[in-house]
Amino acid sequence: MLYRTASQFKTSYHADHALFPVRQDAWLLGIILIFAYAIIPMTASEFTFNALLIPVLIYALAALGLNILTGYAGQLSLGTGAFMGVGAYACFKIITAFPDLNIVVAIALSGFFSAAVGVAFGLPSLRIKGFYLAITTLAAQFFLVWLFEKWGWLYNYSSSGAIQVPNIEMFGIIVAGPNASSVTQYYFVLAVVTAVTWLAINITRGRIGRIWKSVRDMDIAAELVGINLMKAKLSAFAISSYIVGVAGALFVFLWRGAAEPNLFDIPLSFRVLFIAIIGGLGSILGNYLGAILIVALPVVLGTLPGMLGIPIQSATVEHLNVMIVGATIILFLIVEPHGLARFWQIIREKLIMWPFPH
Amino acid sequence: MEFLNSILIKPFQDMVAAPDFLLQVLWEGLVAGVLYALIALGFVLIYKSSRIFNFAQGIMVVFAALTLVGLHEKGVPALLAVPLTLVVMFLLAVAIERVVLRPLVNQPDIILFMATIGITLFLVGFGELIFGGENKVMITEQLGIPTGSLTFEPFGGFVSIEQKDLTAVIGAVVLVAVLLVFLNKSKMGRAIRALGDDHQAALSVGISLSTIWILVWFIAGIIALATGIVWGARAGVSFALEVIAYKALPVLMLGGLESVLGAIIGGLAIGILEKLFEIYWGQPLMGGNTETWFAFVFALIVLLFRPQGLFGERIIERV
Repeated sequence: MLYRTASQFKTSYHADHALFPVRQDAWLLGIILIFAYAIIPMTASEFTFNALLIPVLIYALAALGLNILTGYAGQLSLGTGAFMGVGAYACFKIITAFPDLNIVVAIALSGFFSAAVGVAFGLPSLRIKGFYLAITTLAAQFFLVWLFEKWGWLYNYSSSGAIQVPNIEMFGIIVAGPNASSVTQYYFVLAVVTAVTWLAINITRGRIGRIWKSVRDMDIAAELVGINLMKAKLSAFAISSYIVGVAGALFVFLWRGAAEPNLFDIPLSFRVLFIAIIGGLGSILGNYLGAILIVALPVVLGTLPGMLGIPIQSATVEHLNVMIVGATIILFLIVEPHGLARFWQIIREKLIMWPFPH
Repeated sequence: MEFLNSILIKPFQDMVAAPDFLLQVLWEGLVAGVLYALIALGFVLIYKSSRIFNFAQGIMVVFAALTLVGLHEKGVPALLAVPLTLVVMFLLAVAIERVVLRPLVNQPDIILFMATIGITLFLVGFGELIFGGENKVMITEQLGIPTGSLTFEPFGGFVSIEQKDLTAVIGAVVLVAVLLVFLNKSKMGRAIRALGDDHQAALSVGISLSTIWILVWFIAGIIALATGIVWGARAGVSFALEVIAYKALPVLMLGGLESVLGAIIGGLAIGILEKLFEIYWGQPLMGGNTETWFAFVFALIVLLFRPQGLFGERIIERV
């Protein structure tokens, strides 16, 4: 009854293709945004910010970037972690070279570096397809991580080989670095994620998004109806890598505080891929659902034995954790291969019908 | 000019100046290449028969080796531990087919690929839970593998060949030969190849999909055990072994995902070339450790010219 679409007539195509054809969707989003911006920050603890909220947002952003490439344009990539690294290292170089620069500008600029690297490694996609392409993106993964380690200029020749985030002020408030408060960081990340998501939604439902989808569904057919494959694929690589790079910069600057090259190694790529796939390929909402699941599951599993009073060694918990995450992934793939976003669609359709089944 | 000289001429001068060292490098590369080829072979078999890109092959290597060593630690004699490990690998194959693959029949490739990553994570956790995360020593001597080293003196120089490496190469050659005969001559082997060609046609003439899948995963398990023993003898048994699975991926690209021959030739080529590159270009010019990416970049360049790998089936696209 709450989700009744009756009486919401559309009298033009324009209205039918609006962002929220059903009024309740807009309300729902409004409620979620109020929660995200007002209620959660007031109630959350320091631990919740650092272990759940901020990582969920950042991982969701990275998955969003990957989803544009894999879910919308159909190009499987296993190098997300390295592209996040490019964003992070670029942001570090910009910040240390121009300490007075606004951090928002620095993060926005760093995305362009990862976009450029993404396009360079996306070039083979014009000739190579499917799993062969997936493995070529692994070339980017291994080469870039090696470069982060060996190219001293990238980390300003620091002896530890790691990058360290300094305290960064914006309008008199410290937003990044060891002295920044979690709430500020949360709001910063949330604002960036909201803006990028808004952009991504509008890109994917517009002309470029339709071009990507046609390339994903069958690239030769797309080419035959006059779509320039090179432009379509490379623009997907560019925009995807841009978002992934921004996510990488946020990952280090507003969450981790420091980074070593191996942070961007292949497990990170896979985690982002899991989020995108479990959330649902070709969906924006799915990235958030997937990120909540993948980030929250280990945290919940880690605290569960302590809460229940079961004496288990922390190493055992760690191993069980990995096992359970693996099993969950398989389970979700079997139950709903189209991801959590598809679940929401099914629920929504049921709600529209409810309480009358016909 | 100096720079060009150091890239184009100097490495070759070094090679000619110390031919015995070159031989040693080539041998090391060959041994690594044999192992890459073995892992790639496990991939190819599963891909051919089920179109599943099996990411779990690497962890199966670790799991098999850990089971073998773990059983021996529990007091099982080494020669009995090998067949017992094979039983475990068989049970693993059955479990994977029942629990993971059967419900996922007919799903898109990427879903099956993700499922094998799920299997990988599960086995990592499971293995660490049972056997612990620490490095173990492979029971090389107990299995009757000689451990000494042979030395030769060609060109007035000095080349040393470890006997266990030699055993590994011979063992791999025998294994591959047996496998090729099995695939090409036996009824089961023909069934595997039939499934690889066309699932539905194979099903319609009465080939059982689940039996063949279990068989193929079991063969992959045998290959994993062989790889695990050999690589474990060189580097110890730990979860770090898993990274060699990544090395098999460029081998697959180079050789073609469907080609057994491609896996072998690709493995040998990448093993030797990455060693040569590391010794003569990587270490002096680029700070070393180039082995992590050289194979990928090399395969990428080859793929730009042949998008289906050197021996892969030509991709015919229809609208």
